[in-house]
Formats: sequence, C-alpha cells, structure tokens
Amino acid sequence: MISAIFFSVLLVLGFGFFTWNVLKVRNNIRLGRDVQRNDKKAERMKTMLLVAFGQRKMFTRIVPALLHLMIYAAFMITQIELIEIVVDGISGSHRVFKDALGGFYTFLISFIEVLSLLALVATIIFLWRRNLLKLPRLNMSEMKGWPKMDANMILFMEIILVSCIFTMNGADEVMHLAKTGESYGFAVTSTLGPLLFDGMGMETLHTLERIGWWGHIIMVFAFMNYLPYSKHFHIFLAFPNTYYSNLEKKGKFTNMEAVTKEVKLMMDPSADPFAAPVEGADEPQRFGAKDVTDLTWKNLMDSYTCTECGRCTSVCPANITGKLLSPRKIMMDTRDRLEEVGNNIRKHGKDHVDGKSLLGDYITEEEIWACTSCNACVQECPVNIDPLGIIVDLRRFLVMEESKVPTELTGMLTNIENNGAPWQFSQADRLNWANED
Amino acid sequence: MSLTVPTMAEMMAKGESPEILFWVGCSGSFDDRAKKITKALVKILNNCNVNFAVLGAEESCTGDPAKRAGNEFTFQMQAMMNIQVLDGYEVKKIVTACPHCFNTLKNEYPELGGNYEVIHHTQLIQELINQGKLTLKDGGTFKGKKITFHDPCYLGRANDVYEAPRELIEKLDGELVEMKRCKTNGLCCGAGGAQMFKEAEKGNKEINIERTEEALELKPNIIATGCPFCNTMMTDGVKNFNKEEEVQVLDIAELIATAADL
Repeated sequence: MISAIFFSVLLVLGFGFFTWNVLKVRNNIRLGRDVQRNDKKAERMKTMLLVAFGQRKMFTRIVPALLHLMIYAAFMITQIELIEIVVDGISGSHRVFKDALGGFYTFLISFIEVLSLLALVATIIFLWRRNLLKLPRLNMSEMKGWPKMDANMILFMEIILVSCIFTMNGADEVMHLAKTGESYGFAVTSTLGPLLFDGMGMETLHTLERIGWWGHIIMVFAFMNYLPYSKHFHIFLAFPNTYYSNLEKKGKFTNMEAVTKEVKLMMDPSADPFAAPVEGADEPQRFGAKDVTDLTWKNLMDSYTCTECGRCTSVCPANITGKLLSPRKIMMDTRDRLEEVGNNIRKHGKDHVDGKSLLGDYITEEEIWACTSCNACVQECPVNIDPLGIIVDLRRFLVMEESKVPTELTGMLTNIENNGAPWQFSQADRLNWANED
Repeated sequence: MSLTVPTMAEMMAKGESPEILFWVGCSGSFDDRAKKITKALVKILNNCNVNFAVLGAEESCTGDPAKRAGNEFTFQMQAMMNIQVLDGYEVKKIVTACPHCFNTLKNEYPELGGNYEVIHHTQLIQELINQGKLTLKDGGTFKGKKITFHDPCYLGRANDVYEAPRELIEKLDGELVEMKRCKTNGLCCGAGGAQMFKEAEKGNKEINIERTEEALELKPNIIATGCPFCNTMMTDGVKNFNKEEEVQVLDIAELIATAADL
C-alpha cells in the first residue's frame, strides 16, 4: 500500500516535471519566426517514417547504424514492459500481464531481454568508441566539457537501466524456481538468473528483485526528465523534426519576401518613394538573423533535435581543411543561446535585452564565411537538420544590416550591380566568345 | 568549324522563336577556360540542329553569388531584370552549362515570377544521344582512359542530378572510376557559396587540394566535371601537384564533343 502510494506520487511528479520541461522547450521553439511546413502531409509522413522511424539515413554508416538500431529497438519494445511495471506499481500486482498473455508473455519478455542484452553490448561499444578509441568526430573542440559528459551520462544511465532489468528478472526467476519448481522461461534470465543468484535466501532474492524493479522505474523517470536538458532529446524530436523537413530541392535558398516588396517598389516607375508607410503595417523585420529569435521555429526545433553526432562536421569541406566552421557547433550554439534567451524571458519578461546575440557571442563571422554552401551537412544529418539555413541567415544579417562583407566579395557584388557579372567585364562583351578562336 | 550562335534579338527580328535558350553564364562568357566548354556545347547543339539562341549582351548574372553571399537585394534586382528579359522573349525552356545558373534559374526564379523549364547541359546531351540525334564515333579517343567524375554540389546534392553525367561518361570507350566521396557524399571543390570570389578562411589546407588529392589517388587520365567553377578549382589542384601533363580536367560537353568528332 505504502509503495503503491509512493509509486503514484513518483509517477505524477515524473510526468509532471517532464511535461513542464517539454512545454518550456515548446515555448522556446515558438520564439522563432514563422515558416510554412504544413503542406504535402503524405510526403511528410513518408519522410518521417523513413528517416526517423526507419532510420534510413543512419545506414550510410553501417557500424554505428547497427549499434544504434540495437539500442533504438530495445528502447521502443521496452515501453511495453514499462506499461506492466506502471500497472503493477499502482495496483500492487506482480507481472499483471503474465496470466492474460500466457505464452506470448514469455515470448515478449524474452524478446525484450534479448534486445536489452544487445543494447547493453552496443552501449559498451559506444562508450569505448567515444572514450578509448576516441573517434575524431566525437572528440572535437566543441565536444569538450558538458557535451562529452552529457553523452557519457546517457550511456551510463542506459547501462544502469538494463542492469536493473536483468537483476529484477533474474532474482524473480530464481524465486519462481524455488517456489514453483518452474522457470519463467525468459530467454536471458532463465540462464543468467540462476548463474548470478543461485543459493541466495528468499529474503535476499526478494530485496534484489525489488532493487531491480524500483531501480529500473526510478531510472526511467530520471532518464525521461534528464532528456529535455540533454542532447538526447532527439529520441522524441526526431519525429516532428523529420515530419517538418524542408521538402524543396536543397539548392533552393529561401526567398526573402520583404526584399521582394522593396525591389518591386524600386522597379516600379509609378511608385512614390516618399510615401508614408501604410497605417497599421507591421514593423519591418530585421533582414537575416542576428539572434535566435530571427531564425525560424524549424531552425530552433533543429537545434533541440541535434544529438551532436557530428556527421555534419565530419563531411564539411571547410572543417575537413582546418577552418573554424563546424555545422554541429552552429546547432549547439543555437540551442545554447535559445535556452539563454528563453530563461531570460521567463525571469525578466519578454522585452528583456541581455546585450548578447547568437552572432558575435556564440558564432563568429569567421565561421559563417568559411561555408561553401555545399549542403554536405544537410545531406548527412540522420534527422534532417539544416545548419546551412542558419548560416545563410546570419550572412544575410551581416551583409544587409551591417554591411560587413569580406573585401573581395564587395568587389564581386559591385561588379554584378555595375556590369552584370561577378568580374569586371562589360556586359556588351558577353558574346565575344562566339567570334574568338 | 565555325559556330552558329543566334541571339534572341536576331531571332525575334526574323519573327522566329527558338525551342530552347542557352544561358551561357558569366563564367561561360568571360572565363577563358570556361569559354571552351561553351563552344563545345554550341558545337553539339549545331551538330544536332537544335533550334537554340543565346541572350548575348542582354544576359546578366543570375545573382547566384550575391544570394549565397547574403546579399538578397542584389540577387533579386538581378533576378527581376533577367525575368523581364526572359519573359519579353517568351522563353519556355533553358539549358545552361553552369550548375549555379541552373539551380538559381530553376529553383529560385519561380517565386519571383520566372517560370521556365530549366535543364543542365548534361541532361540535354543525354537527351540528344537517346533520341539518336547525336552519335559518338568509335574513334578510340578514350580507349583505356580512366575518367573520374567530380560531382558539382549544385548539380548533385542541390538538385539530385547524379546519373546524366555518369551515363554520358559510360558512353565513351573509357572507364569510369569513382572517388570514395561521390554522388550524395561528393566533396565540394571549394568554390561554392561565393567562395570562388574570396580568399578561403584560415585553415590548414585548401579544399580544392583535398579534393584533387582524392581524385589523383585513382590515377585517372581525366577528371570530368559539369561546372565551370569546379573545373577551375580542379585544374588549379592538378597544377598544384604538377600533374597537368598526365591529368586533364574536362567538362562533359568537351568529352562528348571530342567523342563525336566535332
């Protein structure tokens, strides 16, 4: 009875705190500018199923893809067992689904056990790749400190989770054997249980089983509530993030409507250049992006979805050749700055100005001018994040609001404006090639 | 063979309208190396009696480098002026030998009111061969030659055109060899995003050197591309390794024009 009450309180607190944090993330994402991503629902659904659910883009790198699949599959399927744990926890029952499901129950738990074992192996290999093998993409400069600890913490939590499952099922198996002379017949613990716990007293076994049970469910809640603070939030956001993917050709940069209006005015001979703005017209938006609130909500969702795997950076031509740019860092900076802006708004109200901005305090001009806009990062991202969109918007701010353009580019731009080519050749000479040898 | 290059203005004066507009691009008009690509394509068009025209002095930069550099104003000014010219001539279909012009005209002009069917020259050449209008000679020009194809970012990843250039190379009697980073994984030559017009940021290597190194590992006779900017970058890369005697950097149009003995 007491444990049922304690469990229910834990359940409410666990979900309550999680919901509160998810709403915070949602509000932060909604600080972004609007962008239309509600069309083509069937295509969006298909993209989500293939890319997020089916992990299609992961499989361009087969080793991490398979390891990741083990953990992903175990995570998905364990949710079923979690339902049983919750029902047991509230009602005080023990393995409530066992009698109802019969043989299928044995199969189900066995399946979960096998996947959990695979997940445990995968987790250990991941820790090894990250900390001992020191894979370059997992050990770059932006990964120092918190990001590295975050990644390792997630992996350790997974080890604890799986260990708890095996302790719980293993001790229960030995108890069940002693009481009824029958095995549960679960794939892993029917062997592992006796191996670990044989010869222990009933009291000890019961305690171990409870430690496993409580340890597991407490870790589940801890894990869930850690997610919104972690890069690991991708396990939820991967789905909406791929659903709202950019479905246009990657080469197509967004059209700036505000500029179109002005250019049309400039080209319209009957337009009055001194006309007062229309009454009630919106205040003009900043050109491009200086801070996170100038980006679209999809850019911001991207930043929360990023799990810092670094595939983008490992294929970035600028990064490969030693430039400062790392698309992963662009995403991490966007998220960090967004968290800061969100917290400021909650603490000091929505008009609070902290004198900082994404461009300048987080991302430098040197980084964004190193980009070749080759789309390798966009192509590579397993959850369809678009770092290039952010880079372009930051450039737009620099060029159109601040007139901060690298010197050589100023020349190129002037040439286009003066003679319709990036080099200083007369437009009248454009056909000269036809008459040259 | 002298080239026949009608302009839209001449066509209009005669009351004719061409099937397709050849958008030459700034590089194809002014860069000495790229002009050769332009001429190779015109040879093919002339040979196949394609009813085409160019804008000549009425053509202007699409605005691509301005847009990539973040200057949307300059881009849209260019785009709107070009659209006025194109619509004035009632252009329906455009071919271009530059993936940057291709991408901009195809993807970024429609929202500004310019709607055209835009194809890359490798797609047009493929069409001409498939229709039997262009036949390659068994001259053995490329016999035993190893050819690798460098994917231009704005043709490949940006617009998902990977097969047209490869199918053309496979029609030659040479051997197509792929770099490890090809197609969707292709590595940029370093020129995109307006980098062509500025010094690279501080780093430990030039991107075109990284890419050329990868190509040279295959010991190819020819590095083929479909972009005048990639061509410049790869040519510079090959020169950097003093390999210009052994390795040629050529556009697909040049390969086909040679194979067709034009």
